[in-house]
Amino acid sequence: MSTIQGNQLEPNIPDGVDAAGVEGDGAGESQGRLILKRFLANKLAVASVILYLIILVFAISAIGLGPIPGWWHYSYKDLPTLLNGGTPTLSLVPKWLGGAGIHLGQHPFGQDTIGKDYFALTMRGIQNSVLVMLVLGLSATVIGVVVGAVAGYFRGWVDAVLMRITDVFIVIPVLVIGAVVGKSSGGFGALGLALLLGAVSWMVIARLVRSEFLSLREREFVEAARVAGASDARIIFRHILPNAVGVIIVASTLLIAAAILLETALSYLGFGIRPPDSSLGLLISQNQSALSTRPWLFWWPGAFIVTLALLVNFVGDGLRDAFDPRQRRFSVRRTKEAPAAEPAKQSA
Amino acid sequence: MVSFIARRILVSILILIAASFIMYVLAANSGDPLQDLRNSTSPNRQALIDARVNAQHLDVIPPLRWGIWLAGAAKCVIPFANQCDLGTTFTNQPVTVLVPQAVGSTLQLVTLALILAVVLGIALGMITALRQYSGFDYSVTFISFFLFSLPSFLMAVLLKVFIALGFNNFLADPVIGPVALIVIGVIVGAVMQLIIGGPWRRRLYLFLGIGAATALILWYMSATNWFLKPSLGPVVIIVLCAAIAYLVTLIIAGVRNRRAMLTAGIAALLAVISYFSLQWLFDISSIGTIVFLGLATIAIGIIVGWLVGGYDRGMNMRIGALVAFLSAGVVLVDRFMQSWNQYVNDVSGRPIATVGAQTPGLTGDVWIQGLDTFTHLMLPTISLLLITFAGYTRYSRSGMLEVLNQDYVRTARAKGLPERTVIVRHAFRNMLIPLATLVATDVGALLGGAVITETVFAISGMGHLFISGLYRTDVNPVMGYFVVIAITAIVFNFLADLAYAALDPRVRTH
Repeated sequence: MSTIQGNQLEPNIPDGVDAAGVEGDGAGESQGRLILKRFLANKLAVASVILYLIILVFAISAIGLGPIPGWWHYSYKDLPTLLNGGTPTLSLVPKWLGGAGIHLGQHPFGQDTIGKDYFALTMRGIQNSVLVMLVLGLSATVIGVVVGAVAGYFRGWVDAVLMRITDVFIVIPVLVIGAVVGKSSGGFGALGLALLLGAVSWMVIARLVRSEFLSLREREFVEAARVAGASDARIIFRHILPNAVGVIIVASTLLIAAAILLETALSYLGFGIRPPDSSLGLLISQNQSALSTRPWLFWWPGAFIVTLALLVNFVGDGLRDAFDPRQRRFSVRRTKEAPAAEPAKQSA
Repeated sequence: MVSFIARRILVSILILIAASFIMYVLAANSGDPLQDLRNSTSPNRQALIDARVNAQHLDVIPPLRWGIWLAGAAKCVIPFANQCDLGTTFTNQPVTVLVPQAVGSTLQLVTLALILAVVLGIALGMITALRQYSGFDYSVTFISFFLFSLPSFLMAVLLKVFIALGFNNFLADPVIGPVALIVIGVIVGAVMQLIIGGPWRRRLYLFLGIGAATALILWYMSATNWFLKPSLGPVVIIVLCAAIAYLVTLIIAGVRNRRAMLTAGIAALLAVISYFSLQWLFDISSIGTIVFLGLATIAIGIIVGWLVGGYDRGMNMRIGALVAFLSAGVVLVDRFMQSWNQYVNDVSGRPIATVGAQTPGLTGDVWIQGLDTFTHLMLPTISLLLITFAGYTRYSRSGMLEVLNQDYVRTARAKGLPERTVIVRHAFRNMLIPLATLVATDVGALLGGAVITETVFAISGMGHLFISGLYRTDVNPVMGYFVVIAITAIVFNFLADLAYAALDPRVRTH
């Protein structure tokens, strides 16, 4: 739904507190270091980055990548015999608590209806979903930045033409064009799907970058660079782009969070990644009817989709706070204490 | 202004044509339209293939076929000529017939979801902004992030399995055990004390009071078999109408305003009287009667407000209309509840449906039909609602925080206005301006974006038209869907810009 359409989680307006409270930002530090420091101070965002990387490394190392084998003894293509109705053998309750002891067992996530190892399928699904997320985010960002930068920098008819093209793509909902593109790209696999989807979801970034460029190109430092004889390309990439990087990073992070939802939705509808390959959305789509009899077939991919999307959203939120210190969190009580004279209103 | 609008419309039409070209070529190339016939074993296979090639002009390459489609679609612009031609599907149904049906059932689905999402999202966003950095704020923030990260099909499947099956199973033996009573009481009490806030002692009393009251009410409902034969009864209706009158006055005018209280009281009293006097009319009602009664209720509320008048007549009229409308809603809900038992028997004890938009072959009066629509659309509406409203919560929270920081809010506080007036009159109204844009763009997104929810719940709306067409590479229904979505998106974006200019005088000066 709108989750897939709009990838901005929040409007770009300050969170109610002024920049006045930005304390302890040392004098001689570069902008980049300040941003990094602010980001690292956000524990939730840093924890999200770490957890995301752990999941990624785990998924890649478990079943390997391409020809390289992983440490798990099944591949997502193997077809072992169906044991015990395919129930998961994972056990996390230790023996002294009355459980079966901590062990993985033969099929920790169980087996699907024909006996494929569900752990391997889920890991393959994570690999594909993350691949689509990152490639889609990257390609859409590159296209969006180029279109937006050229339109905003050159203005005039170039701007008019590029923005009308952007409008044409915006009119078609992302899910719709994604489904059409996904259906025709069935043979290309995850990478092809990601590139094609990236080619139709760059519009938001293009608009943001354009409006950034429209205001930045009038600034004195651009004038100075032009007087010094810098070429257009140099001005765009060396002078203006670094100043717009905050907006771009935040927008593309949110685009990445929307990308996993788009990919899983398309795979769910049957227009995304096809069997025998695996994707988190595809796994849910194949197994939703088994939810009451074999719930594990549904819970594992579902939990990983939500976790991955949630982590990226947290990172995006942290990045926004880091790039835009107006939104920084600090004790609001300090600002509230002044007008807190009304006796009716107790502590906020 | 006129030239601006004319230019905008012209550009929009060009954009629409260009987008339709892209869409047509992509959709036509997305697969083999003759796939199903090629695999068929029917003896007249070749004849069927030829017939489809002829009917759909499949011998023409897609870009030129788009020209044929556009020529047919262009006839729709001619007013009153009724020559609209959007092509036919593979089964020879004209798309111009399919699209209005699909739009109808999708509108039925998304209208309520959007209204509820806007109202609840704004309310929740405002509460969290006023309780910034409280436990409640953090919980709502986390939940809205969670809902944002939840794919819609996952949400829909979960609702289907847990709410539908769970509630239907519960209805088979509607008794709430003591453990469940305590757990529900604790949860409700904990949430309510977080919302209302205050010092810890007050919170403790609130927690205990509300929790115990909830558990007690549920116990009573369970003990009296309320879930099988629900009804509100005169006492509850009177209490609810009084509560509505009090709350509306409290929020809009403040309880010190005697005239506002009087308006609300009269409006609520009229609703209670109508409950006692109009039951005979309800029994023979049709949808038209109900709509008429609803409009009459609002009119009566406005008249009451006007008659009570005072120095702030407009506000009294608003209060009158709102109280009358909400109280009438309570009376209506009660009437629906009276039909519930019969409806549950009609559908053999499993009321919450998981597929389709109505029970096939169900007959009954308007109340039974209404309940049938309700039970079918409840889950898809909830699933759309939850996804949409997370965004509104975030937007209205940050919008409210920004507005509360403005100078005019400080001025309002400085001149001694009560906090209620500052928030309702000064902050709330200004916060709504940017949200108007968001709602307008969301209408287009929801109309087209309910694809997945419709698929999961098997509702044959716009999403179904698109998906089933695309599966068969049947381009005409896909294009019919696209035309509606694209025009909605363009029109509502345009309306959003106009609304923004109308609501915010600062925009007009640019």
